[in-house]
Amino acid sequence: MGTKRISFKTNFILTTVFVIGVGFLLLAASHSVGDYWVRIITLMAIYSIMAISYTLVNGVTGIFSLGHAGFIAVGAYTAALLTLPIQQKTMSFFIAPLIWPLNSIQMGFFPATIIAGLVAAFAAFLVGYPSLRVTGDYFAIATLAFAEIIRIVIQNSYSITNGSLGLKGIPPYTNIWWAWGWLLVTIIVIGSLKFSSYGRALRAMSEDTVAAGAMGINVFKHQLMSFVVSGFFAGIGGALYAHWLTTIDPRPTSLGIMLTFFVLIMIVIGGLGSISGAVLGAIFFAFAAQWLRIVESPMNFFGITIPGIPGMSMLIFATVFILIMLFWRRGIMGKDELSWQYIYDHFAKKAGDQD
Amino acid sequence: MSHLAQNLINGTLLGGLYALIAIGYTMVYGILRLINFAHGDILMWGVYFALYMVIALSMPWWLGFIVGIVLAGLLGFSVEKVAYRPLRNAPRISALITAIGISFFLESLAVVVFGGIPKSFNIYPKFFNKIVIFNHLRIQMLTFFILGVTFVLLFGVLWLLYRTKTGTAMRAIATDIPTTSLMGANVDNIISLTFIIGSMLAATSGIMWAMRYPQVQPYMGFVPGLKAFIAAVIGGIGSVPGAVVGGFILGMTEILVVGFFPNLAGYRDVFAYVILIVLLMFRPTGIFTVYSEQKV
Amino acid sequence: MKKALLLISIALLMVSVMFGAESVKIGVAFPMTGGIAAFGQMTLNGVKVAQSLYPTVLGKKIELIVADNRSDKTEAANVVSRLIDYNHVVAIIGEIASSHSLAGGSIAEKKHVPMLSPASTNPLVTQGKHYVFRACFIDPFQGHVAAVFAHNYLKAKTAVVFTDVVQDYSVGLANFFIKDFTAMGGKVYREFYQSGDQDFSAQLTDALGKHPDVIYVPGYYPEIALMARQARQLGYTGPFLAGDGAEAPELVKIGGDAVNGVYYTSHFNADAPFTKIGKEFVAKYKEMYKESPSALAALGFDAYLLLRNAIQRANSTNPEKIAEALRNTKHFEGATGYITIDKYGNTIKSAVVNVVKNGKFTYVTTINP
Repeated sequence: MGTKRISFKTNFILTTVFVIGVGFLLLAASHSVGDYWVRIITLMAIYSIMAISYTLVNGVTGIFSLGHAGFIAVGAYTAALLTLPIQQKTMSFFIAPLIWPLNSIQMGFFPATIIAGLVAAFAAFLVGYPSLRVTGDYFAIATLAFAEIIRIVIQNSYSITNGSLGLKGIPPYTNIWWAWGWLLVTIIVIGSLKFSSYGRALRAMSEDTVAAGAMGINVFKHQLMSFVVSGFFAGIGGALYAHWLTTIDPRPTSLGIMLTFFVLIMIVIGGLGSISGAVLGAIFFAFAAQWLRIVESPMNFFGITIPGIPGMSMLIFATVFILIMLFWRRGIMGKDELSWQYIYDHFAKKAGDQD
Repeated sequence: MSHLAQNLINGTLLGGLYALIAIGYTMVYGILRLINFAHGDILMWGVYFALYMVIALSMPWWLGFIVGIVLAGLLGFSVEKVAYRPLRNAPRISALITAIGISFFLESLAVVVFGGIPKSFNIYPKFFNKIVIFNHLRIQMLTFFILGVTFVLLFGVLWLLYRTKTGTAMRAIATDIPTTSLMGANVDNIISLTFIIGSMLAATSGIMWAMRYPQVQPYMGFVPGLKAFIAAVIGGIGSVPGAVVGGFILGMTEILVVGFFPNLAGYRDVFAYVILIVLLMFRPTGIFTVYSEQKV
Repeated sequence: MKKALLLISIALLMVSVMFGAESVKIGVAFPMTGGIAAFGQMTLNGVKVAQSLYPTVLGKKIELIVADNRSDKTEAANVVSRLIDYNHVVAIIGEIASSHSLAGGSIAEKKHVPMLSPASTNPLVTQGKHYVFRACFIDPFQGHVAAVFAHNYLKAKTAVVFTDVVQDYSVGLANFFIKDFTAMGGKVYREFYQSGDQDFSAQLTDALGKHPDVIYVPGYYPEIALMARQARQLGYTGPFLAGDGAEAPELVKIGGDAVNGVYYTSHFNADAPFTKIGKEFVAKYKEMYKESPSALAALGFDAYLLLRNAIQRANSTNPEKIAEALRNTKHFEGATGYITIDKYGNTIKSAVVNVVKNGKFTYVTTINP
């Protein structure tokens, strides 16, 4: 059952059709569901990019980082400082003027996003190079500390980041197409990485670091590389996020540890190490955060008012999160990918079961 | 000179609070190799328990505190039983992720149960706010209370660990679980006890924290928890005396940095993190080496 | 479970559609959970008092739709979008924190729906926007008022300014105070701290060495209370001056006797409302909540009335026309004074200075723009 391999050609055609299909769905959505849902659909793609880049480190490579928000913040600030209109910069920086050359630069969204990714990748290199000397939960704590250092430095560098005042008036460039377009790029790049020989080495390391090292895999180099790639796409996600929200600041609740936790929830729900799982988890998270508002607002049943319970949605997320960790640790996808082969096998198995 | 002495007193006070929380961290890590992220949130629940005992059940303050601490111990016990025990043989990272989930859960539950609005923690006698002036030094009565409680508890824990049978079993488990259970110790009970003691110490520290800074809110445990973890790493995670020394070093550093370089006040937390990172890189076993990391 | 909830939500939607036609929908985007939930609750109380006094406009019922932004910036933007696009509100009261108003404001601006913030004092909030307004004064004015008060009333020559480096509010206010106070010939020394700090003895020892006539702390009440306590213990007997972040009953609860002599600039004092409507507000508030209203509640009350007044003058529930009418608000009588909205969406109105006296917030003076 399910042993038949789907050929590369079929796979390619089906995937292309699928991507075009999603494109049409998005096109239809952008004209029919209203601005609010278009915003949420855009946010889904931004979260997906953050989640995929996170799962590359935490799932595929099997090292556990808690510093993702730091790289998202670096990307968000870099891109925002590059696209902010010069006049806006002069108005916002009223404590200390913005330093040269940032005060005279204004560029387009696309180059700004690329530079944001590169700067975030460089930050990931600077963090990863020393941190990867330690393993396991020590690595998690080291990256958490680095992310907090990044946040505190942003908070105190008035002449570069406007400090605790944050940035505002960022042009709202991020639309459904930029976000989903970059998501496609992220999936292609990290997907081919995962299934290249390089990715096999990463997965071997995630199973058993010592054995992989003994087999001649340069563990440090591979881990650092995946950490830097992850940083790049985290930066892209940050750039998109900044131009979606149009204002950013260095509070712990906006670009701090809270954001890392949210992305962690997404990839745990989706299945650690699965790219399609990360996307599903991110879509679920963005959707449920809005949908659960129902349980938080008062309900009126034919005259009987049931008061809303504020904070209920976060409690539900936390409960789902723990239940998954305890009883269903593979999440939606485990380490698998939602490929045509996977769907085929799944249905073949179902058919087999019924026989 | 009195400036320095004043800062030293403040540093000792903060350090003592960190130390009490760090003990719980370090004991759990020593036994289970688990960073119990939820430790700071158990602290927060302990403070809420104490507050509600006094306000809602009108207990006297000292009884409310004791009941609150005991309830926090029970909470720690249940968390271990429900969430960590099933994962004892799972990869360590899974346990860490679950711990983060528990932390998130306890915070969200506190928001739903107690509300997100900070509550005032003014349920202790005014006596503690009195100031003793001693040679130009101003010392709050609370300082003596906190230092006294801290030292009594520290010595209590050390006595338990090194002078009782239970303590010997705890230290034995920290080195080797299977062998210890072969030798007839009930591993599950010992681990439960570790969680209960650690949670009660954290709740004690949390209540004293709330006395000094009289406000309670659902996210109050996060920062002290993280700082205490750093303290535990400084002292060599797994070592109880190390956690105590680490707590005092960290508390002292934070106070002295702000005291002598006021312009760097915004960077205060960076110092704690830099100490942490440097230690992890160059001496991951901390000051007090307990065991070598990474058994192959 | 999921299905049941879905059915319930559909039923709710139908109910709201059936009854929705009769009412004017106004969105309220406040933090009801999370870090600054307290501010959201206090302001919402004021809005509710206004609604119970003036429940209708243009002969229709005013329906408030409260959306919680969870003290989170992403959600601050999402709720504004949701209120406009999903609930079809004609105007929005919100948000409270300036950083949230910046996020939500850009959505309201894009959708041409007026958004009226009760309490965001950061000047950047309304800057360059045509559909974002506020019911409170802005920080440059508040800093100016503090400087004028320190110079003219306290006769201060030397001030030490404490800045909370992690709060944009504190950093901005300190900056505006220093600019105006030095322009009046005053001398300023600076000290820094951050939210959550508990020990200020190091900074205070340094500050008192400068022999200040006044200590200006534009921060929030928990730190101000602790700072006042420690400064008194160090022998400082002079005045403190703070911003509207000082006003909370906890200031006295934490600070005790030490906060006597803390002056602060504010929007309102419940013991000395100087408009008729202000007295009406205080009476109704005490009836509904059995306590004195805070300044935030008064601002929430005014935000509701400003909006209602604009709808009346526009004689329409068209958001575009409401925004136009809001821009033309002149000498409107609110609980916090007579309010005029300028062409930037900012409010021109007077500020009050209060002082803590025997544990009570006591009115000192009013400073006009």
